Amino acid sequence: MEFGLSEDQRLIEQSLKGYLGDQLPMEEIRRITDTRTGFDDALWQGLTDLGIPGLLIAEKHGGSALSFLDAAIVAEALGYAAAPTPYVAKAVMAPMALSLAGSTAQQGEYLPRMAAGTMRVALAAGALSGTTGETGLSLSNDRLTGQASGLIDGGGATHMLVYLADGRAVLADATGPGIAIQSRPTIDRTRPLADVTFSDAAVTLLGGEGNTLESARTVLDAGRLILAADTLGAGQCMVEKAVAYAGERVQFDRVIASFQAVKHMCAEMAAALEPCRSLIWYAAHAQDHIVDERRMLASLAKAHLNDVGRDVSRTATEVHGGMGFTDLMGLHFWFKRCGFNRQVLGSSERCRNDAAQAQGWLAA
Amino acid sequence: MPWGVRMDLTYSKQHQELQAEIRAFIREKGHLSPRYGGGRKRPDQQELDWQGLLLERGYFARNVPREYGGFGAPADVLETAIIAEELSRGGVSPGLLNVGNLIVVPSFLELGTREQCEKWVRPTLTGEVFWCIGNSEPGSGSDMVNAKTTAVLDGDDFVINGQKIWTSSAHCADMCFLLCRTEPDAPKHKGLSYLLVPMDTPGIDVRPLYTMTERSEFNETFFTDVRVPADQIVMGRGDGWKVAIASLKHERVMLGDPNKQLQRFHAIRELMQNTEVDGRAIFDMPEYRSRLLTLQAEVLAAKFHHMRLLTLADRGEDPGIPGLVQKIYGTTLNHKLSALAVDVLGEAGLAYDPHEVGDDDTATTWHIDYMYDIGLIIGGGTSQIQKNIISERGLGMPREPKPAQ
Repeated sequence: MEFGLSEDQRLIEQSLKGYLGDQLPMEEIRRITDTRTGFDDALWQGLTDLGIPGLLIAEKHGGSALSFLDAAIVAEALGYAAAPTPYVAKAVMAPMALSLAGSTAQQGEYLPRMAAGTMRVALAAGALSGTTGETGLSLSNDRLTGQASGLIDGGGATHMLVYLADGRAVLADATGPGIAIQSRPTIDRTRPLADVTFSDAAVTLLGGEGNTLESARTVLDAGRLILAADTLGAGQCMVEKAVAYAGERVQFDRVIASFQAVKHMCAEMAAALEPCRSLIWYAAHAQDHIVDERRMLASLAKAHLNDVGRDVSRTATEVHGGMGFTDLMGLHFWFKRCGFNRQVLGSSERCRNDAAQAQGWLAA
Repeated sequence: MPWGVRMDLTYSKQHQELQAEIRAFIREKGHLSPRYGGGRKRPDQQELDWQGLLLERGYFARNVPREYGGFGAPADVLETAIIAEELSRGGVSPGLLNVGNLIVVPSFLELGTREQCEKWVRPTLTGEVFWCIGNSEPGSGSDMVNAKTTAVLDGDDFVINGQKIWTSSAHCADMCFLLCRTEPDAPKHKGLSYLLVPMDTPGIDVRPLYTMTERSEFNETFFTDVRVPADQIVMGRGDGWKVAIASLKHERVMLGDPNKQLQRFHAIRELMQNTEVDGRAIFDMPEYRSRLLTLQAEVLAAKFHHMRLLTLADRGEDPGIPGLVQKIYGTTLNHKLSALAVDVLGEAGLAYDPHEVGDDDTATTWHIDYMYDIGLIIGGGTSQIQKNIISERGLGMPREPKPAQ
């Protein structure tokens, strides 16, 4: 029995962090986010070389068939780096959707290309996750009409996966006729969202027996937990930045890190965040191994990290004083990252409601 | 990318057997369990008998060496978690969770001599020897290293003079784990020693200290020319601060114990299901249910965090920040839980009779917790001290400079 990461695993977590740290100094984050696409060919290729897009894909389809906990640790590292790159849809939700709900032929056709990073699938799940945006969609004879707002990971996408309210998923070519993608300036420039309009567009219904509401919800749970893990990483980075800044900034002839008022803000952040790591690890482990608990845990973890992320991102900004409020430090990239994770795929309130349903405390 | 995270929470055959064995034990013997209620009073016969059963089965002190009265099983975090979970689920007492077992025993095992372990661990586990701890003084609470109680060597004895406060259980304890200044000329941190003092020694006066709960959960303890043999010392003369750091670490773990939070969480859920307002169960009201779910995430985080800490302890690794946050996280969460219970109880829940608390007196029990939890947020190192510890030892931030003299 072990609850934790092995020495090797911690080294790997550190090396992914190291890779992203090397690749993404602040000026590089600014350069990529200035393109407004949330996508950079070189960074995506680098992540593909590390095997990130194929993380959860079966070996027979060219992936490395790792565990969901591995995927959560990658998310944490990406959040820590505020990496302006697709991940949650392209490397987690879409491969899972295909694996759960695609026909054998569809899996054989698409999964190897997804693992290779050449088929990049954005995702719209607002019909299931409780979005405040538009989700009026109607499907008839493999033709889709209507609107889906809040397309995740639209940057660099070659395809998109769209969930209907009944849990069925359809796959569409991002450049196909009858599909208009309107990129939407969003607060988190590291991962912009887009709106999609379908006008009698040809789509492919996932054809496996698993194309059910149940599997759609499993994919939604996965996405929620990945966003929670991203918040954990982003929050951790903000705590470290706050501690480092407080150790340098001198006021009243001493570093502000020596004032208890400042130290206690940092300690409160650490005390709130550290148990979250344990929650994320367990919840991620449960996605693979503890079927009865996975929905409850994914929803509760998302709700909890939403709230802790809000407190940590605010407090870390305050520790930086006026500098934290400026654009100069770039701290706001992490602040907004936490905000994106909070508002996408279900608010805290919506997630708690789903957790109540998952435990049979509330009728679905 | 040839790597993977290995987290092994599967129940092996051995774990499944343990789980089945505990469930069978509870079915067979569960009716013998005393009501679960803290470790502040001297155990009665029913509690002693129950403790004996738990020790015999290895459901208490499972990893303490057999030669010292434990079960001697190798540490296994899942076993520990299964035992806590099954006893909690079965609604039976987890045994004598008093300061002797939670602080003194682990301190002896960590720092004591073989003779001390042989002499004290077994009778403490069985409940035969009941301990109190003399750390705080009126003038040194958070600033514990400033303790003024003196122990002066006179022949083969130390002679102790001074006053301790917050000595819970001192009125019924057999022994005191007492922090004294033995080296008055040494620097503050190097002048302290822990002495093992029998509470029936002449010169000890214990007076009850009444708290906001209207009960006397603590004492003030006065020492006047109290003689104790000089060899009744933990580690060496002047090593008291090392012992204090170790024992306070165990105290932080005790106060942050997540099993208490899990028990409370389930109790509140039932309370919400059984309490009605205008003919409707509170559990079915979204405003209350949302609070419960918010706390559920925190309670689960505490539970999993504890499993992580047990794994680190198992590997012999310093847990660092994860260990330092446990006390403040657990005690503040406890207070949030009892605050929800008090709100669920509402107006009818204001009934309060703390002097004769019946088993079914839910209102009084929760109100005592609601107030006592504040005591635990303060005791064992206040939350402010915890934040200093987290920021200095965990985050590497500098100490507040001392003002110029």
